[in-house]
Amino acid sequence: MKLPAVLTRSTALRNLAITVVAGLVLFGLTEVFSEYRNTQLANAGINFCAIAGLTVLTGLSGQISLGNGAFMFIGAYTVALLLKHHPSTSNPELVLIVVAAVVVAAIVGGFVGTAAARLRGPYLAGVTLALALGVPVLPDYQHLEGPLGGHAGLIVNAPGPPGGTLDLERWQAWICCLAALVTFFVLANLRSSRVGRSFTAVRDDEIAASLAGMSVPRIQILAFVVSAGSAGLAGAMLAIIDGQIGPQSFPLQISLFLLAGAVFGGLGSMAGAAYGAVLITFLGGWSTDLSNALSLPSKVDLNLPPAFYGLVLIVSMLLFPFGLQGLVRRGWHRVRTRTRPVEVAAR
Amino acid sequence: MTKAPLRLLATGVVVALAVAACGGGGSKASAPGVTATTVTIGSHQPLTGVAAPGYSEIAPASNAYFKYINANGGINGRTINYTYLDDGYNPANTVTVVHKLVEQDKVFAIFNGLGTPTHQAVVSYLNQQKVPDLFVASGCLCWNQTTTDPETFGWQPDYTVEGKILGQYIAKNFPGKKVGIFAQNDDFGTNGIKGLEDEIPASSVVSTQRYDPTNIKITPQVQALQQSGAEIVVSFSVPAFTALLKLTSVALKFNPQLVVSNVGSDPITLSGLISSFSKGKAPGQALIQGIISDTYLAPPSDASNSWIQLFKKIHDKYIPKLPFDGNVEYGMAAAYTFAQALKAAGKNPTRASIVAAVEKGGFSGPGLVPFAFSSSSHSGYTGVQIAKIQGLVGVPVGTPLVTDDTPKGAITPYTTAEPAAPSNGIPSD
Repeated sequence: MKLPAVLTRSTALRNLAITVVAGLVLFGLTEVFSEYRNTQLANAGINFCAIAGLTVLTGLSGQISLGNGAFMFIGAYTVALLLKHHPSTSNPELVLIVVAAVVVAAIVGGFVGTAAARLRGPYLAGVTLALALGVPVLPDYQHLEGPLGGHAGLIVNAPGPPGGTLDLERWQAWICCLAALVTFFVLANLRSSRVGRSFTAVRDDEIAASLAGMSVPRIQILAFVVSAGSAGLAGAMLAIIDGQIGPQSFPLQISLFLLAGAVFGGLGSMAGAAYGAVLITFLGGWSTDLSNALSLPSKVDLNLPPAFYGLVLIVSMLLFPFGLQGLVRRGWHRVRTRTRPVEVAAR
Repeated sequence: MTKAPLRLLATGVVVALAVAACGGGGSKASAPGVTATTVTIGSHQPLTGVAAPGYSEIAPASNAYFKYINANGGINGRTINYTYLDDGYNPANTVTVVHKLVEQDKVFAIFNGLGTPTHQAVVSYLNQQKVPDLFVASGCLCWNQTTTDPETFGWQPDYTVEGKILGQYIAKNFPGKKVGIFAQNDDFGTNGIKGLEDEIPASSVVSTQRYDPTNIKITPQVQALQQSGAEIVVSFSVPAFTALLKLTSVALKFNPQLVVSNVGSDPITLSGLISSFSKGKAPGQALIQGIISDTYLAPPSDASNSWIQLFKKIHDKYIPKLPFDGNVEYGMAAAYTFAQALKAAGKNPTRASIVAAVEKGGFSGPGLVPFAFSSSSHSGYTGVQIAKIQGLVGVPVGTPLVTDDTPKGAITPYTTAEPAAPSNGIPSD
């Protein structure tokens, strides 16, 4: 089977083809999945949006963020507040609301990115960590308690599936997968565009990049905007799916889990983001099942998921430091060199 | 992108679509969670976290009652499987566990989901999915929304009814005294304050302080109450925060008359919490003496009451390690009401038939006051009786009172005696 020439030449078309094929696969999955599996698929879609954004930031532009949960919070609260003030929103209008959430999160990301562009390594990690800790407790602040609903959070009354016959879970899986596919298409194209290459240039050598005429801070800020926007989309979808959000929906762990997912999957890679999304969707449930099976005391049980993530990171760092996608790529490369050495050499 | 992955993807699509074509279109069972021999129900409960002290006994107690029913032939020949999952009193977790119960465990109904902020997170989902949401373990007014949430029913007296009766008692017995309010900063507190302020003149309320159940540092609130000169403090709090309120007050040498909502006033729970929070330094039992509260069930210590006898027997057999306190009684009483509803839902219960059965109402079981259940009201018990803590018992004072949650609704005595428990302990028709 030979790829049509048009697909090898145009990255955008190739990415579109992957998006369409992936969309069909996902659609097929929602048809066969049980209700609960569809809810998990929806969550995986949400996680993909957030991890894909983070993997662009950390893997391509080389900046670390421990605070993407804060951008998810912003996206989620934007949706919740807009829906609260426009109670009878239709599904097409919901799209506008989601777009607004992405824009708001991206703008905040721009501000944070401006500060972040001046910071390196652990200092940047520190600032973003503060963000992850500080932003989600805003509703508890006395003067914001009214509009943001305090610790009890806000109820999100999103319009349900159109028509009366579609399962809620299947519908939710669809819209979350759609969000994930849009994220994939945009980010995959961005990655192979001039902007994406400038991200990598800045990551590899800031001085060389600026000598080549790039504005390093501007590029770093742009990476932050992209990553915040993706996290905002994830938050928006989470609000719609869960029907309720509060400070407790965005604990510090969520930011750390996203990073763990991105590293496990393979930083900078979209396929890696997908592996990471699947991992963090299931890991929580697995650890609960495990602790139930072993009937562990609740104090151990509550700390099991973070411990699991730590373990996964250690193991993946030891066995496949470039993430699961790195492993896949290496294995694939080996197969190809054995079967078609000439073509590989030519690349 | 290389060729082979694309080929793989294409194969994946074909397979997925093929399976979809074969697997789709199956119809749902008429009543999920119901088989010829079992009924599976689920719940979200705070088995860990800030609301766990006391409340974590409720679901095991309900389950003990269901086990008792199962051991005696079940309801209409079906045993009841009760799956309760921990949400840690965290609404974000509630969403996750309730989705799991409905979608994966395919429960017939959600029973006695505990907590105002937690259950609010799943009410619209359960109603969207048409899952009966029976006897929420919270007195929020929000469970009585017959048009928007037709599947949801309360069980215990709502906090406004409670606030009104407590308020009337304060207005009558402590006229002119300065009243401070300490309340959880969600609808639990808000609904309670609403009822209280219906009965207490606004001029006598000197300070209203709210607490956040995720923040155990309540010294600022207690200081504010102290500085306002409050002589009576009314608390709409979960047990852990009632205990913290008492301990912090003692530390600040602030000693108002405490009036505590039923859900935060179980004497055995409070006494234990005060002792454990203070690492044994504060005498739990001594500190709670004279607290005014209310109840709608007979005190657990009343050995002459047929319900207490029944529940004690089940407690001793199935959950002997738990204290026999108000939480255990609560769990069993709520389970009894569920058994009544399931019985009334007919030989082949459906989700619609159990909702209809509860709306039909007429349940007589444990309880000093009747239920309000009807097609126009999804509220539970309609009133409470004032109780005063003596020893480790909330001793009822006066007669049970009933009212509604409107400001003008009169508070009237309810004189019909509590019906006796059936001899086999299982609801008949």
